[in-house]
Amino acid sequence: MSMLKIEGLTKNFYLHNVQREIKSCSHISFTLDQGEFIGIIGLSGAGKSTIMKCINRTYLPMQGSILYDSLAFGEIDLCQATERQMLYLRKYEIGYVSQFLNVMPRTTAKEHVMNALLDMGKSETVAEQEAAEMLSYFKLSEDLWDIYPNTFSGGERLRLNLAHTMVKKPRLMLLDEPTASLDNKTKILVKEMLQKLKNKDTAMLGIFHDLEFMDGICDKVFNISEGEFQC
Amino acid sequence: MVLDEKPVLKVNNLVVRYGKGCPDCQQNLEKNRCKICGTVWACNDVSLEVYPGEILGIVGESGSGKSTLMKSLYFDFPTTSGSAYLSEYQNGESDIWQASAGQQRMIRNTIMGMVYQNPVMGLRMDYSSASNIAEKIIAAGARNAGQMTSRAEELLSAVEILTSRMQEAPKNFSGGMQQRVQISKALANNPSILLLDEVTTGLDLSVQAKVLDLIRKIKAKYGISVLLVSHDLAVIRMLADRTIVMLDGKIIESGLTDQILEDPQEAYTQQLVHSLL
Repeated sequence: MSMLKIEGLTKNFYLHNVQREIKSCSHISFTLDQGEFIGIIGLSGAGKSTIMKCINRTYLPMQGSILYDSLAFGEIDLCQATERQMLYLRKYEIGYVSQFLNVMPRTTAKEHVMNALLDMGKSETVAEQEAAEMLSYFKLSEDLWDIYPNTFSGGERLRLNLAHTMVKKPRLMLLDEPTASLDNKTKILVKEMLQKLKNKDTAMLGIFHDLEFMDGICDKVFNISEGEFQC
Repeated sequence: MVLDEKPVLKVNNLVVRYGKGCPDCQQNLEKNRCKICGTVWACNDVSLEVYPGEILGIVGESGSGKSTLMKSLYFDFPTTSGSAYLSEYQNGESDIWQASAGQQRMIRNTIMGMVYQNPVMGLRMDYSSASNIAEKIIAAGARNAGQMTSRAEELLSAVEILTSRMQEAPKNFSGGMQQRVQISKALANNPSILLLDEVTTGLDLSVQAKVLDLIRKIKAKYGISVLLVSHDLAVIRMLADRTIVMLDGKIIESGLTDQILEDPQEAYTQQLVHSLL
């Protein structure tokens, strides 16, 4: 079976203060296989990020199903999974990367990456070693490792974000506009890194406004406005 | 099979009432106060579970019952009805609120640790920091002075209080330092669950960051479960795995923390989230 099978996914937001429902995405269906990279395109407000956040359960889906082939739980509908199951999957199987970096105060770049591993129950020594390897892999200068990341540039933040997520070796990566506001040189670097992850059989779902960026790396492009794949 | 562990803490249908109540109370509540008899229902049918190594956040406006819940769990307030079970107390099979006074003292001193918003409630301000910690250790049955001193040193170092100041009384410390001494006291007997009631309120930003960092490290190092009450949604976002929202003594919404903050379902929660600066 596919790693991810989305069927009839619909999400609206009800705003109590205006007593109105805001439509976001409706009846979205597609599948994603292991090692496959699908890019999602569509107009702003079409619901691209909503799909990602429904998979990550940051948003509660209203209708439809998101069937995920989990190592721990077998086939599981992420719309129906318990909170504890979702926390487990986020920790061990599903990675989510956005352009925003969310770091605990007084936490250095290296500690931020290490924390992901410590949360998984790894020892301090192993966490330190694997974090260093991942930061090197994403070409974050060693001079920055012991610095608080709120001083980092956009590209450095993204590489740290990717390192924090990838160090957990997720099977499914959700990339929510991670390259927004990056310069071309950094985008090329990120593209190379995503290609390496793809080669390691990581399934990826990504939103990118830059169509050129998607060229050569995405196996398929899903147009959310049309509700179908395009070549 | 993953996720088959039992909850560290399970609370069933907790009710805490201030006042005698009347037969029509539940039908005549204005917020959480009965319009007929004036009884306040501080906690009204509250149920929750906390799992090993997890931080459960509790948010809600003042008077919503958050602190009452915490103080009931720590036996500071008597409950009206409901039951609570700790996995470390009689294998999670006996209601802690039905335990004898002696058993409840044992639970307070060995299984749970509490950090109050106001350090005056959790510390003896005239005793030294080391004595505050020693008092907690003695209450759990230890008598070896050397071991108590080294434990106090270890705990105060963990919360970044200079051990050279361990003989000083907390009344001489800043609010942030008092809060950290309280945390070290709460950890004295390796509790399985830590109750943190507005621990960062009133602290300046740098001290807040220190306390948040400390809580995260404690969770990672000791694998402790934490029940975290806070008005500050940024604190909840940083630390809590799951969050419950309380209003007028009831839990109105619960979920993964980022889901509560980004896709709140209830009118009050939306209002709360939209009030974020």
